[in-house]
Parts: sequence; structure tokens; C-alpha cells
Amino acid sequence: MLATLLSQRFIRNQYFFFAGYVILQYVILATAWNILGGYTGYVNFGTSAFFALGAYSAAILINKLGVSHFLALVVAGGLVSGLLGLGIGYLTLRLRGVFFSIATLALAVVLQTAIINWDYVGGARGIYVLRPKEAPFFGHYVEFLFIMMVLLSLVSVGVAWWIENSWVGRGLAAIRDNEEAAECMGVPILKLKLFATTVSGILMGVAGAPFPYYITYLEPSSAFNLDYAVNSLAMPMIGGTTTWIGPVIGAVLLGTAQQLATVTISSHLNLLLVGVILVAFVVLAPEGIVGLAQRLRRRKLS
Amino acid sequence: MGSKFMELLLNAVKDGLLLGGFYGAISVGLTISFGLLDVVNIAHPIFIILGSYIAYVLNSTWGVDPLLAGLLPAPLFYWLGVAVYRVYYRSFERRGEESLRGLVFFFGILFLIEVSLIITYGVDYRLVSAGYIGRSLDLGGLSFAYRLLVPFLAGSLLTLALFLFLTRSFYGKAIMGVSQDRFALQLMGADPVKIKTIAFGLSIATTSLAGALLIIIGPVEPSVGRVYIGRVFAVVVLGGMGSVGGTLVAAIIVGVAESLTSIFVGPAWSEAVSFALLLLALAVRPSGLFGR
Repeated sequence: MLATLLSQRFIRNQYFFFAGYVILQYVILATAWNILGGYTGYVNFGTSAFFALGAYSAAILINKLGVSHFLALVVAGGLVSGLLGLGIGYLTLRLRGVFFSIATLALAVVLQTAIINWDYVGGARGIYVLRPKEAPFFGHYVEFLFIMMVLLSLVSVGVAWWIENSWVGRGLAAIRDNEEAAECMGVPILKLKLFATTVSGILMGVAGAPFPYYITYLEPSSAFNLDYAVNSLAMPMIGGTTTWIGPVIGAVLLGTAQQLATVTISSHLNLLLVGVILVAFVVLAPEGIVGLAQRLRRRKLS
Repeated sequence: MGSKFMELLLNAVKDGLLLGGFYGAISVGLTISFGLLDVVNIAHPIFIILGSYIAYVLNSTWGVDPLLAGLLPAPLFYWLGVAVYRVYYRSFERRGEESLRGLVFFFGILFLIEVSLIITYGVDYRLVSAGYIGRSLDLGGLSFAYRLLVPFLAGSLLTLALFLFLTRSFYGKAIMGVSQDRFALQLMGADPVKIKTIAFGLSIATTSLAGALLIIIGPVEPSVGRVYIGRVFAVVVLGGMGSVGGTLVAAIIVGVAESLTSIFVGPAWSEAVSFALLLLALAVRPSGLFGR
């Protein structure tokens, strides 16, 4: 991380910041997804709903209320998506895992329909957002966004690390392994599950909040793109779902591969690749890269 | 004012009934895979879309009637289903950790097929042409559009055929048996895994015809599958997870609810109705209307 911070002073190529932003965005999304998915065992297919909500909240603040202070946008995005997480959690977490997942899909569909039909945020036409000319401390605003994303990624990973090593993480793991047994042992499963969905939602909203400034044109079909759901799911699955490092590894590897692939081959073939890799990993290496590394280490020791 | 409202209402109910028959056809495959086998095949709708595209190709290249274009590839779909189930079984069900990974597996399949379709055919809407599409039948003052009527009739026939198969034939009864008591089935000399593989293959085979029916009703493009995820799961759960008759009844309920919403609230919200019904069913009566 320090290396990235230092190197940015010397890299003048704008593309690095654009691509780097996307990868960092996925670090946050993958980490957020994993809190609910990998730690707790509830698969969220609706990442795009939380992400888009964070983006749209920020866009509303920027365009309609004239707020452009970065931290305010992040807090707003995080709060709104966190509330969504809490709400959807409260409605669906008493259900079996698969129905929770379908509900998250429903959420994405319904929210997208709602935004398309809401003229205040531009409906299907979208909103244009003007990026500020000057950025505090750094010259170009995109560099500023990149640095902010680095910080936000660190915060997200920090949150995941804290959760993993605390009693919360142990409770979530108990839920993941056997929910009924956990309940019988007195684990407060509903509260923990709500905590997981809310925190996951907050982080996804945080990832989405800077997006309007990055992309300058926000419209429903790109904000609610299924790519977000697939990637935020594939990256932890590939990297490893049991620890905080997994999503980071997955996001950096897959994200970089995608950025390279998008410029060399078509962007659709790149998506196909993601799908194939995802299925391959789920079938062949479910513990992900982290799991494979652990297996290798064990073999070397014995 | 009253008679205009009644006319709207009647039309909405009529269209809902026709749609319901169609929803039954597309969901009955999932009744087998999810209701009876407990396999969370969230990719079921994209197989339907695949069926639509194959029907489209057969129809636009060789002028094959859409219904036939749905029936002919069914054996191919069956074997595709068998292949998918084999991978699923070997990777997940045997290890006993179905839920998280199995779900992600099928989501991956969903995504793969959708992206492949986009790469091959692009995102333009495709439709089929047949003599009866665009015309309608006038009965008793109401007009029944053929593009809705034909899928309704074909769908109902499919549902009936499956019902008879599951309740009368040896393999059908074995499939019902494996969902209820696999040990007893083993004692009777039938291999549960083979039965389940046949059942899953059958569920995918239905998507071939279901896809053809879908593209008769209206234009199709790859992402259309997503709104159907809620519908088919809503129908299967509401109908009672494994009851074919229940599936048909639930399908009609969903169809009518959607049609009424579309006319009186707005078409954009009709997709949300099935999800709402699903959540309602799960909250109030998870075993469905005809559940075991």
C-alpha cells in the first residue's frame, strides 16, 4: 500500500489511476461481499443495488444539494446502503439461504426499475456530474480519487480484519458452519446476521459513492450492471472466502486481468473469462487461492 | 365508468390466466429440480432463454414452427442437464456442502450462458414469426391473442404430461420417491443418483419448450432471464415445492396478480409482484399451497 502511495507521485500516466481506481473499488466490494458471503455463508447476488444506491446518493448530493465535500459523499453513500442492508436483512434473513439470495436479486431488479422510473435522478437518461477541477493536496482530481480509494480500501480491509478476529467473526463462522447448532448454543444469530448485512451494505455504498465523480455520467444500466454482482462474488471465491486476504488477492488478480483483457480482447470475452474462472474455482478449488496456499504449506511441513 | 373498469378487469384477468398457464410451463422444470431434488438451479431461466434462442435460430433459418423448434432440441437439453447435474453432484452434493457453493456454481452457469449468448447474438431483441402470431381469437366478446393462447395451451399440456409422468410411470414415481425417502428407494433396487440425474435432465429438457413458448409471447434478449428468476421461484415455492398441480395453480395466481398490477399500477412494477408474492409466501406459509 505504501508503495502505491509513493509510486503515484512518479507515475504521470492517467490511465494507471483510472484502472487502479477500478481495482481498488473491487477490493472494497469483494471485501464487503465476503463479510456476508464468506464469513456468514449468505450469498448476496444484489451487490449492484448497494453499489448503485451509494453512487446515486452521492450524485443527488452533488447535483441537487450542491454538496461536494468528499467525506460527506462517502458517509452518505455508506449510510443509505447500510440502511438498505439492514432493511433487506430484516425482511429476509429469517429465510433459508437460497431465498435470501433470490431476494437480493429481486432487490437489484426492483431498485433498478424504481430508479429508471424516477425522473428526479434522471430516470433512464441518467445524470451528468461535473468533476471538480482542483483537488485538495493533489493536482488532478482523478489522482485524488485514486488516493481516496486506497484509503477507503484500507479502511474496508481493516473492518474485515477486525470482524474476522473478534467474537463477531467467530459467531458469523458458527452461523456459516451450522446455523441451527449455533442458535442452540446461544449465538445471537439474527443480530449477527443483521450486523453482517448492514456492514456489507455500508462498505458497498462507500465503494459506490465516489463513482459519479469517476465516471461523470451515471445511468441505471451501468450502475446496476450484473458485472458488479459477478465480480464481487468471483473475487472472494477465487482468492479465498475465509479470511480478509482472499478478497484482496482475488480483486487484485481478477481486476488486473480484466483491465488488461478489456483493452486487448473485447469486454464481453473478458466477462466470459470471469464466468469460466468462477465456475472452475467453485468446482475445483472452493477454498480459493488462500486455501491452495495453505494446503501447499501443510504439505511442505509434513 | 363502471363497465369500462369491468372491461379492464376482465381483460386483465383473462391475460393473467393465459400468462399463468405459460408461467406454469416454465416453472414445472424447476418444480422437479428445486422442489423435488432440492437443487438450487438458479440458472433455470437462462436455460429457458437458451431454448428461446435455439427456437429463434431454427425459426429464422429454416422456418421451423416455434412449437416444433421447442420440442426438437429437447433431447439435447436433456443431455445438457445430465452433464450439468453430474458436475454438480460430483462437486457438491456428494461432499455435503451444497448450499453456498452449489448456489454460486449455478450462478456462474447462469452468467456463462448469458454472456455467451450476448457474444453470439448481441443484445438486440429477437423474435419468431409464425402464422398465428399477431392474430387473435374472439370468444364471447373477449379477444384471446394467439401469441398468449398457444403458449397457454402448450404449457398446460406440458404440465399435464409431466404430472402424468410423475404419478403414473415407473421413473416418474421413482423421482417422487427419491425426494421423499431415498433409502427406501435404494432398498427397492433403484439407484437414487441415477434417478436424480434423469430428473434433472428432464427439468432442463422442459426449458427447451419453455423457451420456445417465451419467444412466441414476445421478443427475447439475453438479460430477460433475470426477471424470470423471481417468477419461477415464486411459482415453485407458492405451489408447494414439488407439487406439479400446485405449480400450475400458483402460476395462475402469479400471472393474474402480475396482469392486474400491470394494468392498474403500471407495467414496470409487474416484475416486482412475483418477488413480493415469493416473500409473502415464505413469510406466511413456506410450505406453499399444496406443500408436503
